Amino acid sequence: MTMIVELISWLLMFSGSVFIVIGAIGMVRMPDLFSRMQAASIIDTFGAGLLLAGFMLQAGFSLVSLKLLFLSALLFYIGPVISHALARAALHEGVKPILSKDRRGRLDAGKHKEG
Amino acid sequence: MRMIVLGILLLCFWLALSGHYTAFLIGCGIAVSSFAVLASKRMKIDDDEAVPIAVIAGIPRYYSWLFWEIAKSAWNVARIIVHPKLPISPCMTVVDASQKSATGIATYANSITLTPGTVTAGVKGKRLTVYALTQEGALNVEAGLMDQRVRRFEGRT
Repeated sequence: MTMIVELISWLLMFSGSVFIVIGAIGMVRMPDLFSRMQAASIIDTFGAGLLLAGFMLQAGFSLVSLKLLFLSALLFYIGPVISHALARAALHEGVKPILSKDRRGRLDAGKHKEG
Repeated sequence: MRMIVLGILLLCFWLALSGHYTAFLIGCGIAVSSFAVLASKRMKIDDDEAVPIAVIAGIPRYYSWLFWEIAKSAWNVARIIVHPKLPISPCMTVVDASQKSATGIATYANSITLTPGTVTAGVKGKRLTVYALTQEGALNVEAGLMDQRVRRFEGRT
């Protein structure tokens, strides 16, 4: 039983680290600010989430786990607010995202399409 | 009702973080949480937006769905990053949120941002401006599956 928990925990921590490394590579490879944010978004939601889940299994059923849960909840609620603020500020300052297609006018033209 | 729920939640938070259960420290916890409740009442921030008790019942179902969505799209974005050709097709689009409450719209916008590959870059009334890393991601947001989920989530009372 302990063996299985240990194994799952290491698996979670390892895959979390892999996703964080991939996210970091993505931040270098992506062409502009907005696409870089998507690579960062893997790190702060999925990578950090997997890592913390692995830590929680390591800590077992205790107060430490609960605190780790609070930490992941904190990341979970603050992350999107920061990303949104960054994206909004960038658009406001006139940073032009590289787009292959701009569909922002889609609901204004002609009749409103349900979607 | 809202005040009682807020008070209990704050007290639980205190107990969880303290870890020492002597009469003095628990007494401090009760005093501090009731003070915080009274302060939030006096500041008039004890409304539906600050303490959305209506959505508590729907949390397990919506969150487990959202975690699965995050996992799927994180996998997709990771695959794009390690792909030698970097096959992105960035796209911006607008969607109308169908939620009734401010909490619902905020939940929807934040869920879009949390999902790797899409980010909400602006909210004006009920209209969200969304940046997506791939055209497929943009079409998924336009299809509105997440919108329906969030509406069901906030609709429970």
